Amino acid sequence: MRMIGGMLAIVAVTILQGAPVSADASGDPAAVKEEGGKYFDKNGNPTYKIQTDGTVDWFTYSGFRRYHSDCHVCHGPDGEGSTYAPALKDSAKTLTYDDFIGVIASGRQVVNTARESVMPAFGTNPNVMCYVDDLFVYLRARGNDALPRGRPAKREDKAEAAKKHEKDCLPTQ
Amino acid sequence: MRASLVSICVGAAAVFATGSALANQDLIQRQQNPKEWAQPAGDYANTRYSKLNQITAQNVGKLQVAWTFSTGVLRGHEGNPLVIGDMMYVHTPFPNIVYALDLKNDGKIVWKYEPKQDPNVIPVMCCDTVNRGVAYGDGMIFLHQADDKLVALDAKTGKVAWTAVNGDPSKGQTGTSSPLVVKDKVLVGTSGGEFGVACHLTAYDLKTGKQAWRAYSSGPDDQILLDPVKTTELGKPVGKDSSIKTWQGDQWKIGGGCTWGWISYDPQLDLVYYGSGNPSTWNPKQRPGDNKWSMTIFARNPDTGMAKWVYQMTPHDEWDYDGVNEMILADLQMGGTTRKTLVHFDRNGLAYTMDRDTGELLVAEKYDPVVNWTTGVDMNKNSPKYGRPTVVSQYSTEHNGEDVNTKGVCPAALGTKDQQPAAFSPDTKLFYVPTNHVCMDYEPFKVSYTAGQPYVGATLSMYPPKGESHMGNFIAWDATTGKIVWSNKEQFSAWSGALATAGGVVFYGTLEGYLKAVDAKTGKELYKFKTPSGIIGNVNTYEHNGRQYIAILSGVGGWAGIGLAAGLTDPNAGLGAVGGYAALSNYTALGGQLTVFALPAGN
Repeated sequence: MRMIGGMLAIVAVTILQGAPVSADASGDPAAVKEEGGKYFDKNGNPTYKIQTDGTVDWFTYSGFRRYHSDCHVCHGPDGEGSTYAPALKDSAKTLTYDDFIGVIASGRQVVNTARESVMPAFGTNPNVMCYVDDLFVYLRARGNDALPRGRPAKREDKAEAAKKHEKDCLPTQ
Repeated sequence: MRASLVSICVGAAAVFATGSALANQDLIQRQQNPKEWAQPAGDYANTRYSKLNQITAQNVGKLQVAWTFSTGVLRGHEGNPLVIGDMMYVHTPFPNIVYALDLKNDGKIVWKYEPKQDPNVIPVMCCDTVNRGVAYGDGMIFLHQADDKLVALDAKTGKVAWTAVNGDPSKGQTGTSSPLVVKDKVLVGTSGGEFGVACHLTAYDLKTGKQAWRAYSSGPDDQILLDPVKTTELGKPVGKDSSIKTWQGDQWKIGGGCTWGWISYDPQLDLVYYGSGNPSTWNPKQRPGDNKWSMTIFARNPDTGMAKWVYQMTPHDEWDYDGVNEMILADLQMGGTTRKTLVHFDRNGLAYTMDRDTGELLVAEKYDPVVNWTTGVDMNKNSPKYGRPTVVSQYSTEHNGEDVNTKGVCPAALGTKDQQPAAFSPDTKLFYVPTNHVCMDYEPFKVSYTAGQPYVGATLSMYPPKGESHMGNFIAWDATTGKIVWSNKEQFSAWSGALATAGGVVFYGTLEGYLKAVDAKTGKELYKFKTPSGIIGNVNTYEHNGRQYIAILSGVGGWAGIGLAAGLTDPNAGLGAVGGYAALSNYTALGGQLTVFALPAGN
């Protein structure tokens, strides 16, 4: 498994004006910095950037897509949860970025007489791990009610840095 | 003979049943006795029809709950119990408990079997930890566990007679399906189409659990048990390497074609029938070719596994329309003669009527008018595209390509019908079909295969057809003409197997948790009762001490529990807005219960 975080080339660093938003477990989700189409909060955690006309950043959009491929069969549409798996929009709010990534990579089990909840370890799955920041950013936006349910109608273009990251991260078959 | 077979001495019957034919004969006799429910679908033909007629269209309104039983498990409960003699066998989702209940003694638990399974199998099961029920044969109960082990239990004691390892869950192979006992063998399929598993149907020796044959859905001829000359599709030999030449490179090795649906058997023709599921991945661009024999109806010899005929319904699937739904074997009057037909309601929204001896295609029609991905099947025998569905390019995810969101495809990936089995009444000659009325957006993209990890490759969102608010229908279907006779709207997908009875009543369950009884002729609702949890189980019936009982497993979950628990979004109501489609969680919660109904005593 290749490293997937923190390897994006810094294409541009822009200081953005962050609107005051209530903090989640990773802190204030307001975007204060942009690097190659990817946004970060003041603590350096990946975050979403949604414009007033509803245009979402590429990573939020990409997270929507990847979530509905690999996560929704257990966790339900739009991070809303299912009859047996928790709502991940809430998890993105209550878990720090590092903990969130840790659970995706290593899994988690709650098995007792009342329930058998088993989150698999996705650490070896490039379809998940190459997009783990995308998933976090998307679910963080859902958890903070910055993004409504359903497919984002408008999005920013995929930046060259994101294309390069995907090419470097996904094995060729 | 009958009296002793119906008695509790099922173990004794097994001791004296020395030959394979005897075990088979025993099952055929049991399925002809309407007091029992000896096969997963009631009979080998998968009709889900009972000759019991104490409960009728006139008196069903007086139905009452006779007794209930909590399974102690809270996930999605598919399938139905078996009734053999005075014993009822109830199964559960993971951890796959089996209870033997004594019907003579108010359902007292005679034995309970709970396998020890690695909980890591849970997330490898796509779409909840369901199990569709146990099978009976030769004094044993056969359980297909989540970890893809097939276990034979002594029907009297619950003691394990043998265990066969059918697959490896660490590679994504799991068990959800119901086995079928045919002659001296137990047949069982595999789940794992979303994990790139190469799936198969496997036969095990009834007495020892030793593997007798294994037929893959894709691969070389000797692995898929196809004869290039003798095995036919639509009357023509399939030819050499019919599967591998329809895949790029060795993609067939991770090709899916899973076999998690129901199996039927015709003792006269001596053929078993089942369907194969979607090719892996869900991204069609990544696997050029027809991807044979995914999405295929197979007719095989139960002794050797060799296929007599095949028919691929959805070549090169672009929408996840698994072909695993049940094959109902019915003799129908068509064109002035009686045809031995196989009727199949596919996920792709088409209902097929075929000659089950030859594999000739007789009827292929949409059983929900909203189905739009195809204009229909080419029925011209002289056409090079004979038997193929004509795909509408607007709804073709292959045509529109990767990273393009194809909108408004009907049906959704869960199909016009999923595994929830339909019923056939020889009285009305109609098929009673629980259906989904849901459409989708589908966007495929590139994915990479890792053993034991999800291998999906598409994003999809589901919603009711444009301008409509109900997400299911319960229909009566004439398979000789391919026409809907009547149709009842359901707020949510009808995800429960139906039961047709000689009393002129048809039963099914709903996702809100209602058991419903309708008039077989008109569809008029005659009775409903709200059980403790949403129903994805199948209704069945039996008779004990002169009373007819109706049984249903409640326990919401499965695919339906994923897609519907939170409610579906309505793309037409504006940007990502949740439309007026109330969430299933507003109606029901998790549960696991058997509810058994009867008429009041004295009726």
